[in-house]
Amino acid sequence: MSDTLPVHLTVNGHPREGHCEPRKLLVDFLREDLGLTGTHVGCEHGICGACTVLVNGEAARSCLMLAVQADGAELMTVEGLATAGRLHPLQEAFREHHALQCGFCTPGMLLTALDLLRTNPRPTEEEIRHGLSAVLCRCTGYQGIVAAVAAAAPALDRPR
Amino acid sequence: MKPARFDYHAPASVDEAIALLARYGGEAKLLAGGQSLVPLLNFRLSRPAALVDLNRAAGLAYIHEAAGHVRIGAMTRQRAIEFSPVIRRHLPLLAEATTLVGHLPIRSRGTIGGSLAHADPSAEYPTALTALGGQVVVRGPRGERTLAAGELFQGYLTTTLAADEMLVEVRLPAMPDGAGFAFEEFSRRHGDFAIVGIAAIVVRDRGRCASARLVTAGAGPVPVRLRAAEEILEREGLSDAAIGAAARRAAELVEPPSDIHASADYRRNLTRVLTGRALRRAIKTLSPGGGEGRVRGSS
Repeated sequence: MSDTLPVHLTVNGHPREGHCEPRKLLVDFLREDLGLTGTHVGCEHGICGACTVLVNGEAARSCLMLAVQADGAELMTVEGLATAGRLHPLQEAFREHHALQCGFCTPGMLLTALDLLRTNPRPTEEEIRHGLSAVLCRCTGYQGIVAAVAAAAPALDRPR
Repeated sequence: MKPARFDYHAPASVDEAIALLARYGGEAKLLAGGQSLVPLLNFRLSRPAALVDLNRAAGLAYIHEAAGHVRIGAMTRQRAIEFSPVIRRHLPLLAEATTLVGHLPIRSRGTIGGSLAHADPSAEYPTALTALGGQVVVRGPRGERTLAAGELFQGYLTTTLAADEMLVEVRLPAMPDGAGFAFEEFSRRHGDFAIVGIAAIVVRDRGRCASARLVTAGAGPVPVRLRAAEEILEREGLSDAAIGAAARRAAELVEPPSDIHASADYRRNLTRVLTGRALRRAIKTLSPGGGEGRVRGSS
């Protein structure tokens, strides 16, 4: 059975559609069918967090959702953060604080941090560390990432 | 494609979902939040003929409180439970346990019904359900039945649900006002499954311990209620000596497994240490009034 199903969704504010088998994971649909390769595929079983995207405003693992489950949903991926050629304040803070080296975990870190800061606009350092424990980084040692999220918090807490 | 092929159904109602389960005769799996099932599919450790996706089924996500009981729909996200004022007010132990379930992006999708039906003995919700004296409502082609935690969990990742039955609701008695509580667990990394966890609830009445509830996670194939340790506290009170005695007794009451994460001895020792920690923290959260009455459902 190779039946495909239609998937209509909004990604970074733009309506998108595709057809895929029900067993296709959302992350693979984003990358292969929609050409949005900013979302990274890491462990593929929900541990590393590299594939984290916002689904209807909430951070979720796109390797633990089927693409057909996102039919009708509003997604935000790392491609949707910068606007009009200007980096998002969180991305600026990552650059400022050397919060990435290889960059593999960065899309997941950014979207996880965005959800964290919306849920808890002025987190303590411990709360940032707990929040970011959802994403594994194998090279920065996390210090820069924690500093970047702490630095971005006041900017994001103000209406933009 | 990571998962093996399956038929995909997204029924609009519970009745439709149950009919699908019956039609596939045990070869279909219910897909709730997917945070445990999808990894198994990705590894092809699970290869069901069909997935019955409950995410489009109406009327399964709610939190209602009435007459001292809280009813939670099976598809209620852990994230909704974490931030629910009703849960914080009436079931603070469940609110605390929820913050220990994976990470926030996991809790965005993960559901209370899915976690209970998955029955991982290291998970927080089976232990919380046991500690709170809750029940689950199960529906199947032959109608509805209500099960206490002890009747639901049968063994490692195994429940007494039939292949054509579905967990539809969780019912929990509100904790007595002012009751002390704590959910303590030890894991190597924040958000990992607990190597051992302990849920504690204490109710104080005029300086005495009117009732105590101690339940393990990760120390056996199902959550273990540590009744003999609870009795020490109910008999001797909440002194340091009584807490120490209860913690030592707790370690004698468990038969934990050895696996790659920890040895049985280590888990037994953790049971003692975490029981002490959970009780000391639970006592600190007792309000001055102390929570008159008993934990409902206490034997």
